[in-house]
Amino acid sequence: MTNHLLSLIVFAPAVAAMLICVSLTMPMQKAARDNLARFLALAASFIALLGGLWLWVAYDGTASGLQFTERATWIRSLGIEYSVGVDGISVSMVILSTLISFVATIASMPWWKRADEHSDPAHPHFSEVKVPGYMVMLLILQTGMSGTFASLDMFLFFVFWEVMLLPMYFLIGIWGGPRKEYAAIKFFLYTLAGSVLLLLAVIALYYKSGDPVLLARLSQLNPELFRKLLSDGTLFRGPSGAVGFHLGDGSFTPHTFDMVVLARLGQAGLFDLVGPFLAGVTFAKLMWVFMFIAFAVKVPLVPLHTWLPDAHVEAPTPISVILAGVLLKMGIYGMLRFNWAILPSATSAFAALVAAFGVVNVVYAAMVCLAQRDLKKLIAYSSVSHMGFSLLGMAAMTEAGMSGAVLNLFTHGLISPMLFLIVGVIYDRAHHREIEGFGGIAQVVPEYTAVMGLAFFASLGLPGLAGFVSEFLVLNGSFMTLPWHTALAATSAIITVAYYLWTIQRMFLGSLNPKYSHLPDLNWRERLTLYPLAALTLLFGFYPNVMLSLINADLFRLLRQVKGA
Amino acid sequence: MLPVLNNADSLAYFWPEMILTAGAMGVFLFDLAVAKSPRRILWLTVASLGVLAAAALATSHVAGLSPTPIGLFNGLLVLDPWAVFFKYLSWAVTALAILIAGPSLEVASERMGEYCALLLAVAVGMSLMASSTDMLMMVIGVELVSMVSYALAGFKKHDRKSSEAALKYVVYGGVASGMMLFGMSYLYGLLGTTNLVGTAARMNAQAAMLAQAGVAASVAGAGRVAMVVAVVLVLSGVGYKIASVPWHMWCPDVYEGAPTPFTAFLSVGPKAAGFALAVRILYGAMSVSGGADLATAVADVPWPQVVGVIAGLTMTVGNFAALNQTNLKRMLAYSSIAHAGYILMGVAAASETGSQSVALYLVVYLFMNLGAFLVVGIVGRLSGSESIFEYRGLSARAPFAAVAFAVFLFSLTGLPPLAGFVGKFHLFKALVDRGGSWQITLAIVGLLNSAVSLYYYARIVKAMFLDKPHTEERIAVPASYNLLLGALVGLVLVFGVYFDGLRQLAGSSVVLFGHS
Repeated sequence: MTNHLLSLIVFAPAVAAMLICVSLTMPMQKAARDNLARFLALAASFIALLGGLWLWVAYDGTASGLQFTERATWIRSLGIEYSVGVDGISVSMVILSTLISFVATIASMPWWKRADEHSDPAHPHFSEVKVPGYMVMLLILQTGMSGTFASLDMFLFFVFWEVMLLPMYFLIGIWGGPRKEYAAIKFFLYTLAGSVLLLLAVIALYYKSGDPVLLARLSQLNPELFRKLLSDGTLFRGPSGAVGFHLGDGSFTPHTFDMVVLARLGQAGLFDLVGPFLAGVTFAKLMWVFMFIAFAVKVPLVPLHTWLPDAHVEAPTPISVILAGVLLKMGIYGMLRFNWAILPSATSAFAALVAAFGVVNVVYAAMVCLAQRDLKKLIAYSSVSHMGFSLLGMAAMTEAGMSGAVLNLFTHGLISPMLFLIVGVIYDRAHHREIEGFGGIAQVVPEYTAVMGLAFFASLGLPGLAGFVSEFLVLNGSFMTLPWHTALAATSAIITVAYYLWTIQRMFLGSLNPKYSHLPDLNWRERLTLYPLAALTLLFGFYPNVMLSLINADLFRLLRQVKGA
Repeated sequence: MLPVLNNADSLAYFWPEMILTAGAMGVFLFDLAVAKSPRRILWLTVASLGVLAAAALATSHVAGLSPTPIGLFNGLLVLDPWAVFFKYLSWAVTALAILIAGPSLEVASERMGEYCALLLAVAVGMSLMASSTDMLMMVIGVELVSMVSYALAGFKKHDRKSSEAALKYVVYGGVASGMMLFGMSYLYGLLGTTNLVGTAARMNAQAAMLAQAGVAASVAGAGRVAMVVAVVLVLSGVGYKIASVPWHMWCPDVYEGAPTPFTAFLSVGPKAAGFALAVRILYGAMSVSGGADLATAVADVPWPQVVGVIAGLTMTVGNFAALNQTNLKRMLAYSSIAHAGYILMGVAAASETGSQSVALYLVVYLFMNLGAFLVVGIVGRLSGSESIFEYRGLSARAPFAAVAFAVFLFSLTGLPPLAGFVGKFHLFKALVDRGGSWQITLAIVGLLNSAVSLYYYARIVKAMFLDKPHTEERIAVPASYNLLLGALVGLVLVFGVYFDGLRQLAGSSVVLFGHS
């Protein structure tokens, strides 16, 4: 069981998706078909969540290196493997993606009757339209997400990375809001344009990994290191005497897609030995830029962020939850896995630039938030702003900055889904999200107001809640090396407080807008999604060590290697 | 040196083509026999598929006769794994084109005999294109494919678009053949023979001879210019067959006007044969390997760069022209131009992995492109329109066809885990493997083109899944058609996930004369 835990997490949703497809071929009432699809989706994402929780308990934070690894040869002639595993960089992300997937699946369940009175039969709620198709797409998306975080083979990573695109396109495009078509294709085009560059970098790294000229130069320059690489299994002398790599079953391959091996080669400086590549730029820097652009689209980095407000605003609530909670994290995760780990010297060269981009993200997006009238757009831009903190922390090259950056992914992955769920609650009731259109609703929906308050304060970084810990770690870590960047980024705290408090004032306080005097409060579906996240937000606010103890060892090791390059 | 057989001995290696030629004539006679039968189409389909099956068996037989490449008919043709691979591919495309003709309802029962016989004749032509080593034989192969294709493009006699298509095809084809022949006359002048076996060595010898005779460098330079011109002109004949820029103008009109089963055939079959020929001429005959003084020799034609430029232009023009098309057959025509550009990247890589990726991509392309045309054919036939507006809400009117079409389109875009991604991955891999600046630049151009192509493929998907249908009326796709679509979708998915076998198949086919 334990040695196939990751495969279970990754493929349980895919199996459920297949079962739903099979059920479509059977003669069945529409209601029965819909409910079966819902049940299968809930069951599969619950199994994945249990797997994720098991992973949390069973992962050994004191042991460094990979755990729960599985390897099987996939395409032998290319040396492609089905290789999954987690280390400190990915374990929190796998756990997060199972958690958020389950929350999003609950949020996709149909309306508990209480608030249904306002719904318009001509415009049914998304959770009642083409249910089997929706669930299939949601489940494939879940497989893609956890697969991306778990995979250790570049080819496998790329396949999972792209597998997420299609379901997202359809989920936004079919079940989304008024401008859904535009938002869906914009998301698709932006991401694909980025990921083709990633594909090029993947292929190029694959070839350079086994380039005999490079390996020979490495062994000349640093024979001791070369011997070490041979003895620790990174390199492998094949039957014909040629130096290459070994697959999981021990057979020889001249090049490798293995991300762990590539990271070791990169940290040994192999990719820095390639001369000027295109237009005088070195290979390592060019590949770094290609991969950075691919991941920056997902982060999203200003100025590549314009797909995000559209996609988040038009997507149905559970999909916004997944977008903000998990998909945005892939950008930062990819940078750590590829740019930081495989090309450390280029990372050092570009760190200042990344920090500057991070600060721009933080401050610019926070200022844009001030100008928003649509609550969902405001939340969307606040995500852009918060992702900037991770960039700043990573670029600072300090231990606190590094663990703050990754913890920020996790805490933002808890808080932003809450925020989007909160937007979904009010949208389902009022059918609009204009901040100015409400007023004084705290009087009629006290429970909702309380949860909203918690989420808003968590997001703006109130001490005692999760968001504070990660932001504090980032700012604390980056102040040592980048004081001016940090000072600028810290100003966003004021702006953030301003836009959140102003929103609360306009929506919840003051005199009650008579239109909303009968607004129903939270129902059980919403409680089921919001309370677990709220509880975790509190937990991480007081005791972040439950996650930090898992991630720190490997992150600090990665940091030492990047700094050493 | 390649062992060469005389005419009489070669016949034992020529069974597949002989079977097909006899079969083409036999189908005409068989047509008379079943003329009164209500199941005339079915009988003819079965008979033609039988002929192709026999040809396939014969192919495997002759391929087993000689383990190493062997020259036939005094060096006009060659039998090597490359030729065998494309023979199988040609039989497969032809079989599919015949199989879909009946259900597509575009070929009337009294003309089915003609249709099948003509397609079998094209199959012979494609096989000759893929296996010829002599320039004259190449011309005969190209012309055989072209002549019969003209007739098939104008198959719908009383349809103005079909007639226009045939005429355009003839005019462009004539010009392209003329240019190709002109280029070959140059090559003949430079080489002194029409046979391309050992061209590189021969050209080097000539260069050495010129140098020894003290001919001025400027004269040798002029010879080199003549060589480049000749190669480019010969390429124009090939470029016309594969519809690459600037020889692509016929493509949208012909694809739109011709009956859809034949359009589907045209977009894959002759294109594959064209690529077989291109790789044979360029990678097989012109590649110069080894030798120190060759840099200055006339033989050093920079054809990879030329092909690379054509590839970049072809995919860019194809993709950008496709963006605004509203007729789906035209859109797919431009998309197939773009794909010719992608495949040319594999040729431009000028390496064994490059040729392997060309072969591999063509197999994948066969399934996905044929599948796409199948859907366009049946929807066009049953709804009476090829416009993208007819595809609005297709997911409600013909759910399976819509899902299958989406799979083919995303595969054409090159998204994993579909076969199209595997194909593109290998093309880019071949270029990156070479690692030079212009190869990387070309790969970037190709990759960005993939992103552009997504826009128009996704437009169709959007119409099918996101838009509301203009009518609720369901489109009743015949079950036989759905079965075929299902099979193609299955292949696209299977090859997308597991492609080791396909790689090995394509890899083992890259044994050409001149390269071992």
